[in-house]
Amino acid sequence: MSKLRDVITQTKDVVYTAEFPIIDGGGMEQVKKNVERLAPWFVAVNATDNTAAHAHASNVSVAIAMKQHGLEPIMQIVCRDKNRLAIQADMAGANLHGIENIALLTGDDVTAGDEPETRRVFDLDGPQAINVASILNAGTYLSGRKLNPAPNFFICSVENPFAPPHDYRIERVLKKHRAGAQMIQLQIGYYPERLEKFCAGVAATVPDLAIIPSVVLIKSAKPLSFMNDKVPGISVPQDVIDRVAQSTDQAEAAYHLALEQCQHALALPGVRGLHITDFRHDDTLERLMRDLGRTPNQYT
Amino acid sequence: MPKLLNLLLAVEHGMKKPVWDCTMCGQCVLHSTGMTCPMTCPKTLRNGPCGGVREDGHCEVKPEMRCVWVKAYDRKVSLPLPTVWKEHYNDLRPPVDMQLKGTSSWVNLITKRDQQTPAGWAKRQEETHSH
Repeated sequence: MSKLRDVITQTKDVVYTAEFPIIDGGGMEQVKKNVERLAPWFVAVNATDNTAAHAHASNVSVAIAMKQHGLEPIMQIVCRDKNRLAIQADMAGANLHGIENIALLTGDDVTAGDEPETRRVFDLDGPQAINVASILNAGTYLSGRKLNPAPNFFICSVENPFAPPHDYRIERVLKKHRAGAQMIQLQIGYYPERLEKFCAGVAATVPDLAIIPSVVLIKSAKPLSFMNDKVPGISVPQDVIDRVAQSTDQAEAAYHLALEQCQHALALPGVRGLHITDFRHDDTLERLMRDLGRTPNQYT
Repeated sequence: MPKLLNLLLAVEHGMKKPVWDCTMCGQCVLHSTGMTCPMTCPKTLRNGPCGGVREDGHCEVKPEMRCVWVKAYDRKVSLPLPTVWKEHYNDLRPPVDMQLKGTSSWVNLITKRDQQTPAGWAKRQEETHSH
């Protein structure tokens, strides 16, 4: 049973999701530590699939490990590294292990990673992968061959309302919804007016689609400049960078920037919760969650 | 007949290569994508732009190139294209059929070969459109 689906469809509670840190070292002990830190605050957490085009412990293996340790995964599948056979195999594998939340993404390009010489796949794109998940939910593979028992996937996806062409981002999300997506996590962004326009446009047509904007917790202005310069699809206006950079206490200024972003996003139509990326800054995460009115273990 | 097919293939490629940098995917969707070929997107995305489009509207992978889908959307809005073409802009286009690579999309259009999709896909499209 997907607790994430229950919270979205059965309750009015706010949905908080996060990113599970990549696993390159520390083995299962590290998985356990991450689970202990995240489980009190989040209903479900993303098990990523080679984030930023870097190889890591796989999406399916991390999702299984999270589940074994008691944290509900949202298993991501990215179109960059796998053809349609491998993507369906990931889905069937998730089904075998009782993983119900899956998120389908187009994915960063290989040039964003540390092995830019690799072959990019993109045999499917994001909306097609969502549709394939819906096909599996109906009990067959893409070919029509039976899959039994059929999965009961809660299908998620992502969108970046901050990147051009801005007006078209709403139509694209509606297409993803038609393909079967029920929840959309958004890219990190620093243009509140773009977020407002996007949420209003989506909620006006599909009010049942759960929009989950993302907020990143940082400790100084440096990561803002880094994201602006290096992360595809993220632009940070100079006045936002200056606000943090010119403060006498950068950590405090960065925290208040994030808190304001959270409060702003939560008040928008269609928004059912937030996705928090925190780069392992434990104390700030707890402070943020408490400032947003949360107490530990509210979902249990 | 094969001679005619080869001729069509040559004419199609000769026309589309210089204008759209056509890669002969054999399942042309130009009319529904603002007369912009999605196969020139480095990720070959047929259902809209990825999340990596730069602030200036250029491509994540090739910074010197304007995003194919930024261009497509501009053209869809501004070009005097037939309404029926514009209506198809937001269609969910199926995964590329790699078996059609190098064949003539004109022939595949006439024979309706380009409308064939895997059984699971076809069934879902039928169900979602009948609602």
